[in-house]
Amino acid sequence: MRGNPETHELVAPGSLAAVLHLMAVEPGAWTPIAGGTELMVAHAAGRLNAPKLVSLWGVPELRFVHATDESIVVGAGATFADLRRSALITEELPLLAKAASWIGSIANQSRATLGGNLVNGSPAADSSPALLVYDAEIEIISARDSRRIPYHKFHTGYKRNALAVDELLYAVHLPRRFGHHRQYLRKVGTRRAMAISKVALGATAFIETGVIREIRLGAASLAAFPTRLHRTEDALLNKPITNDLIQTGRNAILTEALPIDDIRSTAEYRRRVAANLLEEFLFELLGVEKRP
Amino acid sequence: MSTTATTRIVGAPVPRKEGVDKLVGRAQYVDDIEREGMWHGATVRSTIPRGIIRSITFDPCINWSEFTIVTAADVPGKNHIQLIVADQPCLADGKVNHCDEAILLLAHPDKHKLLEAAGAVRIAYDPLPPVFTIEESEKQNEIIHGEDNILKSFLLEKGDVDSVWATAAHKIEGEYRTGAQEHLYIENNGMIAEWNREDGITVWGSLQCPYYVHKTLRAVFDLPDEKVRVIQTETGGAFGGKEDYPSILASHAALLAMKSGHPVKMAYDRMEDLAATTKRHPSRVRHRTALDKDGKLLAMEIDLAIDGGAYSTLSSTVLSRATLHSCGPYVCPNIRVRSRAWATNIVPYGAFRGFGAPQAIFAMERHMDEIAAAIGIDPVELRRRNFLHEGDANATEQRMREPVILDRLLDRALKESDYHAKRARYARENPINSVKRGMGIAAFYHGSGFTGSGELYLNSLAGVDVTVDGKVRVLVSNTEFGQGTNTILTQIAAEALGIDFSDVIMAPADTAHIPNSGPTVASRTSMVVGRLVERASLQLLAMLRDHAGLGGRSRGDFFAACARYREAHGKVESLCRYEAPPGIYWNDQTYHGEAYGAYAWAIYVAQVAVDTVTYSADVEDFWAVQEVGRVLHPVLAKGQIEGGVAQGIGYALYEKVLLENGHMANNQMTNYIIPTAEDVPPIHVIFEQIPFRYGGYGAKGIGELPHDGPAPAILNAIRDAIGVPVNTIPLLPEDLLAVLAARKCVEEPVAQ
Amino acid sequence: MSARWPTIRMIVNGEQRGIQAPPMKRLLDVLRQDLHLTGTKEGCGEGECGSCSVRMNGELVNSCLIPVLQAQGAEIQTVEGLAPKLEPGGTLHPLQEAFLACGGAQCGICTPGMLMAAAQLLETHPRPTLAEIREGLAGNLCRCTGFMRIFESVLAASTQASQPALRQAHHAR
Repeated sequence: MRGNPETHELVAPGSLAAVLHLMAVEPGAWTPIAGGTELMVAHAAGRLNAPKLVSLWGVPELRFVHATDESIVVGAGATFADLRRSALITEELPLLAKAASWIGSIANQSRATLGGNLVNGSPAADSSPALLVYDAEIEIISARDSRRIPYHKFHTGYKRNALAVDELLYAVHLPRRFGHHRQYLRKVGTRRAMAISKVALGATAFIETGVIREIRLGAASLAAFPTRLHRTEDALLNKPITNDLIQTGRNAILTEALPIDDIRSTAEYRRRVAANLLEEFLFELLGVEKRP
Repeated sequence: MSTTATTRIVGAPVPRKEGVDKLVGRAQYVDDIEREGMWHGATVRSTIPRGIIRSITFDPCINWSEFTIVTAADVPGKNHIQLIVADQPCLADGKVNHCDEAILLLAHPDKHKLLEAAGAVRIAYDPLPPVFTIEESEKQNEIIHGEDNILKSFLLEKGDVDSVWATAAHKIEGEYRTGAQEHLYIENNGMIAEWNREDGITVWGSLQCPYYVHKTLRAVFDLPDEKVRVIQTETGGAFGGKEDYPSILASHAALLAMKSGHPVKMAYDRMEDLAATTKRHPSRVRHRTALDKDGKLLAMEIDLAIDGGAYSTLSSTVLSRATLHSCGPYVCPNIRVRSRAWATNIVPYGAFRGFGAPQAIFAMERHMDEIAAAIGIDPVELRRRNFLHEGDANATEQRMREPVILDRLLDRALKESDYHAKRARYARENPINSVKRGMGIAAFYHGSGFTGSGELYLNSLAGVDVTVDGKVRVLVSNTEFGQGTNTILTQIAAEALGIDFSDVIMAPADTAHIPNSGPTVASRTSMVVGRLVERASLQLLAMLRDHAGLGGRSRGDFFAACARYREAHGKVESLCRYEAPPGIYWNDQTYHGEAYGAYAWAIYVAQVAVDTVTYSADVEDFWAVQEVGRVLHPVLAKGQIEGGVAQGIGYALYEKVLLENGHMANNQMTNYIIPTAEDVPPIHVIFEQIPFRYGGYGAKGIGELPHDGPAPAILNAIRDAIGVPVNTIPLLPEDLLAVLAARKCVEEPVAQ
Repeated sequence: MSARWPTIRMIVNGEQRGIQAPPMKRLLDVLRQDLHLTGTKEGCGEGECGSCSVRMNGELVNSCLIPVLQAQGAEIQTVEGLAPKLEPGGTLHPLQEAFLACGGAQCGICTPGMLMAAAQLLETHPRPTLAEIREGLAGNLCRCTGFMRIFESVLAASTQASQPALRQAHHAR
């Protein structure tokens, strides 16, 4: 334990209003902490640069999963265990349920929250590819306001996001219109469990008479933050699925992906595997189970 | 002879002796222990791989008067860790030879202040050019050790290798490499030390070898035997990683305790343990092999190099075991093995389960498959044609005097794994699947106990005594760290004495109470120490018969006789000293003769799937078939094999030590990847039992064997799956991609 | 000095406990240092190894990642509370019995966390499949066993103890 708990303040006001008030009165002074699965790791390593923390754990207004006619709405404080237990999620948003099962282990899933995963903003975030391809919207709240932005505009740089210093991520809205889309999500991690993603690719596509009428590709670890692959999507959109198109898709993603070498993998590996994953998805669309 | 007699307790699945304590959270590991007035210690380490220490200064932002500060100047005796060659300083004195080398120690009552202070010690260096690899060390441009960077070398010769090449039908060469591996015991290294003028030094710690620590403390503090006391606390995994390092940590804690006048605890956190403590030696092995037209081995020329790191530590004995295991369980008339341990500016490599054998066996068994491919023989058949049998001589011309049943083990392994049918099926299916499957095999033996004359030099003393309250205690310095020492040795004593398992306990692992029965290493506990406990128990029965009127064989008779003996003689104790089996000959100079008292034999089979989407290899199923003498405890023995196989899988496919400027860059569990419960395949463990007459109740060594086989079996299975030889481990998906890309087996990516 | 810190109340192994500690102190350290429940171990300090696993309000958590303030009012169960009436010759939890019989514990350092993860698993999956056992224990690293004996232990506990018996938490040895 390299961090000194005596040098950090932590308060738990207990309600959303009280948390927002605190953040409004001293903008930027308070670091929100939910399940602690990121910040407590930094704390143990003596790298937690947050003298004042406000606890979001147990704030009831943040922990929910409910549905409207158009969307499934997930509170930022919902844990990944909550998502896995939610019939709404497992039935309608299978990719998100799958992503939730990737988070660390059972003990991590019972603490890690969807909001925490997004605000932490790791390029490798497990939930991000699913949210990107489900075209999620982020609802942001502060004492003064609330607003919604597309998730694919939430991350603005390496570990940077669209939140102002007094704002909290409140909820994620997931449109209920992907039931007829073909869906794909695969993570390639350092091992089968307790793994940080080396590369992950999600995809949703709507196919009409063999033509890709709608496609979204979301990737982890191919850029400084989780990102849609718009140029690759464009290369595939409104095209009939053929072997040639699969090669076009490969070429597009190899060009668009800008991964890095780091302690867990290499840029070369990430690019090639991303292309292979896309190919695997496109072969599925073609109706061929596996690439020979 | 005990080896064939039916037994009551030996061979039965009795509960682990200390099992309940571990299961209810009562077992006391070193970090669970607090001493009155205890302070904490911290280590200030080198941040460069090689250089001269120009100055040490203390930032005035810290009130240093609160701290105890220890440097090399405070060492009262010899500033050297006492292993084989005393070249490693306890604290760096004027120069550093690797990153994370200990330079200065601090103690303070408050752990948090200690960490802040450690960051405020400023050390200035004059850097020297570092040497990081075997190849750089071989070039000898920079001499960092002795005159030639060689920590140790061996030459093993048999027959006349040079006469064979001109006429041999087949000549096959290959180069094989293995990486460093971290033990990753889940309990980090830790030690508590106390000092006072009357009693000297007492340390409590997580360790394998109490008398190794004892020897170093005597030298570092210049104290007589009785003023140094080493007590093993419950130890949360070791695997060799707590064989050599605890001598350093105990010295550090004791130096701080002596200077501060307080008990001092030094418990490493994971990052420090990973960065600063030993790993398995990386290796590079080159094979050149001649065979006749029938696939019989004619000559083997082997050049074996290991990276020893910055100091000698145990590298000479690791190299010795690697050398002796480098030719595999095969008959070959002409052999030359030249082996060297090279110095580098890396944290010294140390003992790790297998101790050089896994490296050498990886090369030999991977090479066998390349030979098979080159000359067009089935890899199973090639091995079968060259196996050692009873009466044959191995590389050191040790004649196999005990039964050798490699053929039987092989048949069993092939049958259990359905090897041939699966290979045929995969050969048909692989061309149309993106997941390619393969089967791989490894045949190997592992020598039990110390090499050559090692056991004679150890001169182990072990025994049993009987307490006033009617418990038999096993008196050994061999320790429990999960492998089952407590259970096995108490089973043996209970069996031999004709009493219940619950009548026997272990004497505390405390040098004040136990004789030196040698270190807990080298797969020697069951075979060598078990035999000593068995002999001492039988000797005790004889004493009781001769001097205390023991007549019957019941438990009651035994304890009644013990009481009579105690009345007459004071204490009831029986100790035995090691005696070599008869007819043992070993020449340490020429490396000829009986290298090991006994060998354990094994055939391992791996079923592997290689995903061509992710370039990852996945072990789907694993069979471990072995002959380890008598199995003393069926559950513990299985656990040893399964645990070793899992570690071997990690060694082959997951575990990579990343060095940046000589410092371990991935020194966190997040980034040093070991297999989880979701990553290990089913592991099928099969024992064939041939009791060994000189081992404890017929046992041979078991602990290290299972780490030898998985890596070559897995890499051979990968070769079978994809048709491409891969000769380096660890093989992560990135590495497999690089191999395939270099062979143009994957599509070229477009330019960015 | 501890007067500076708020009092945090928890129910630990069925007992009301109040401790004064910095709110950012890890639950792990509070258990080990303040409550002297050293059965819960630290293996990595970063939520990777699971040695510090405990159950909190019926869920499995890594106690090294919990600031103790977030455990305010919580029910905590540690390995010491798995078989609450433990005495020499007393009772063990069915999982402890099974680990003893099947060789599920070797060096023992991962064992307390492993037992808590297994207990959690059996509560959510009384008759787990091997795949469910693997997933349920994947956050608990063991370096000794290769997991086979642990899987066998959990399977044995789940089949020996019918679920009502398991809920009774312990049975006679």
